[in-house]
Amino acid sequence: MTEKPNNISSREVYHDGVVKRLVQFAILWAVLGMAVGVYIAAELIWPGLDFGQYWLSFGRIRPLHTNGIIFGFGVSALMATAFYSVQRTSNVPLFAPRLAWITCYGWQVVVLFGGLSLLAGWTSTKEYAELEWPFDIAITILWVCFAIVFFGTIANRRIKAIYVSNWFYGGLIIVIAMLHIVNNLALPVSYNKSYSLYAGAQDAIVQWWYGHNAVGFLLTGGFLGMLYYFLPKQANQPIWSYRLSVVSFWAFTYTYIWAGPHHLHYNSIPEWVQSLGMVMSLILLAPSWATMINGIMTVSKAWEKLTVDPAMKFIVLALAFYGLATFEGPMMAIRSVNIVSHFTDWTIGHVHSGALGWNAMITYGTFYFMVPRMMGRPLYSVKLANIHFWLALAGTMLYILAMWGAGVSQGLLWLSIDEIGELNYSFTDIMASMVPYYGLRLVGGLIFLAGTVLMAYNLLRTMYGLHTVTVSPPEVIDEVKGTAYNPNAVMGGPIAGEAGQQAPAAG
Amino acid sequence: MKYHGVTLHRKLENNIGLLIFGILFVSAIGGLVQVLPSIFQDSLRLATENSHLYTAVELTGRDVYIKEGCHVCHSQQVRPLLAEVERYGPYSRADEFVYDRPFMWGSKRTGPDLHRLGGKYSDDWHRVHLINPRSVVVNSIMPAYPWLAEWEAVDLGDIQAKMRTLRKLGHPYTEEAIEAAPGQLEGMTQLDALVAYLQILGTGLVEESP
Repeated sequence: MTEKPNNISSREVYHDGVVKRLVQFAILWAVLGMAVGVYIAAELIWPGLDFGQYWLSFGRIRPLHTNGIIFGFGVSALMATAFYSVQRTSNVPLFAPRLAWITCYGWQVVVLFGGLSLLAGWTSTKEYAELEWPFDIAITILWVCFAIVFFGTIANRRIKAIYVSNWFYGGLIIVIAMLHIVNNLALPVSYNKSYSLYAGAQDAIVQWWYGHNAVGFLLTGGFLGMLYYFLPKQANQPIWSYRLSVVSFWAFTYTYIWAGPHHLHYNSIPEWVQSLGMVMSLILLAPSWATMINGIMTVSKAWEKLTVDPAMKFIVLALAFYGLATFEGPMMAIRSVNIVSHFTDWTIGHVHSGALGWNAMITYGTFYFMVPRMMGRPLYSVKLANIHFWLALAGTMLYILAMWGAGVSQGLLWLSIDEIGELNYSFTDIMASMVPYYGLRLVGGLIFLAGTVLMAYNLLRTMYGLHTVTVSPPEVIDEVKGTAYNPNAVMGGPIAGEAGQQAPAAG
Repeated sequence: MKYHGVTLHRKLENNIGLLIFGILFVSAIGGLVQVLPSIFQDSLRLATENSHLYTAVELTGRDVYIKEGCHVCHSQQVRPLLAEVERYGPYSRADEFVYDRPFMWGSKRTGPDLHRLGGKYSDDWHRVHLINPRSVVVNSIMPAYPWLAEWEAVDLGDIQAKMRTLRKLGHPYTEEAIEAAPGQLEGMTQLDALVAYLQILGTGLVEESP
């Protein structure tokens, strides 16, 4: 750790410009990624919507939707919030701010050209790791840049204890690096084609070790980092139990990695791997819900804010969906339940209760919190944000209900046999009966997208024509460094971090 | 401060190097115990009579399947369940996939499983179906792939480079097979190659494994 003088020079300011830019990109990818999602939902009802264009074909643009949302929207939002919160929990500006800008723009270039390459049919087929090897290398380099900026800032920190949100962001950076590198190992044939180092069943096991933990450490762990900083900030309460957050972090980090094989129940992989995956998935419920309980108890002293503050509404609703998805996941990992749910739209519904209900909602809440503070200007319209909240809730509920209906029907009808062991229904008939569910899903997705467009307008109006306000790290060092192990004192960092800031709060 | 755990954790949360190492260590255990052994497990790795080495044409067809994202809606994995065996055929065995790079098991059946598709329909049925699915399956929601009938199989990358790369990974392609490959693709459309691939899917199973 480099030695820093205790007095902070007056020229030292937080680098929020890069945060603002990342927020803008996240909003852009959210709108585009969800629009593509709505489009492919429509293609499942009207297959002619690809108009005979190969690049509009479902098989090519469905990965564009998932990659755009996870890596465009999700990762940009994670980088933005990580850069914002790590400065304020460390009481120092970003380490290597230029590298932060390079990471920001480099990432957007990868998402843009990666997306186009998917339309061109370059794909390794591995879910959430479809991009071909040149992009995999670019992602690795940019990820290292992200790590240098993030961990460098922590190494420079003026607060002795590293706050819990930073462990989750740190877990995101480290574990995703490990998974990304191992899963994408391949021998290139040409610039746009490679063959995986693993074959068949082994490839499947490695892929779902990656795939499940991309969900685990990016969409769950990374966003828990967001939760642990922005929820206490917005509620203006310290974390209910710091000790519980410690325990659940390590339990989460240890357990999640084992759960991947529940994606391969009754597939051609060893049974012990499946059973272990199922048991660990069930155990995972404990750390997941520990975090949810910790979050809810933290809000419990600030319920009144829910009536007036749209950011708070989004964050608390996200927590509820987090609880739902982390309960549903372990249930679906039980082998006898998985017989029904596997390969069906139930999985799609489960993913979206996480992606819409948890990831998108907490990001929206965080953006509604962060943007007015960064810009030093109140939110353009609290009313629009409230409308957005109800659209997001309605859209998510419709989506999930439709997919539950579709998924459970598919699962049960596919398995349905009569008393002499003959199948009761043809596959085509079951597929054709999905139209009402798919229609409902399309409506849900459209409603959710409409809410996101409202937010984009609201936040861009809030940001329009302004630079981010100048915020310097507050001088709180000595007392904090001198304190004994008092976990809640750590929250002195982020809360005190507001001291030098004149920005009015939203709503 | 009496508990060791608390003292240890205090060190971790005060030292970023230790915290990084701790996260890496704790998260690596699962993979080392659960994933690494399967990499060395012969029954998942070695070819048997059930394993089929793709010909140059089939390999090209498989790359068409990959490029068009067929795996997004079709699984290639028949589970050992009565209804699945009834609907699709014998359940899938691990040794049938040792030449599958990457694996094509899929995670979603918007359309039916394809692992035992080979031989169930005629080549002509497949051609008509791929060019316009609704002309043979009225309710189908599958996209149409008319362009595959126009695109040439040789345009899908250097087949010899592909086979040589796979040979490095242990696929036993002979030098003669590699030499002959471009000639076999000559004059073929991507549709032809894809149909060839679909027709051998799941047909390699000869032996009842336990």
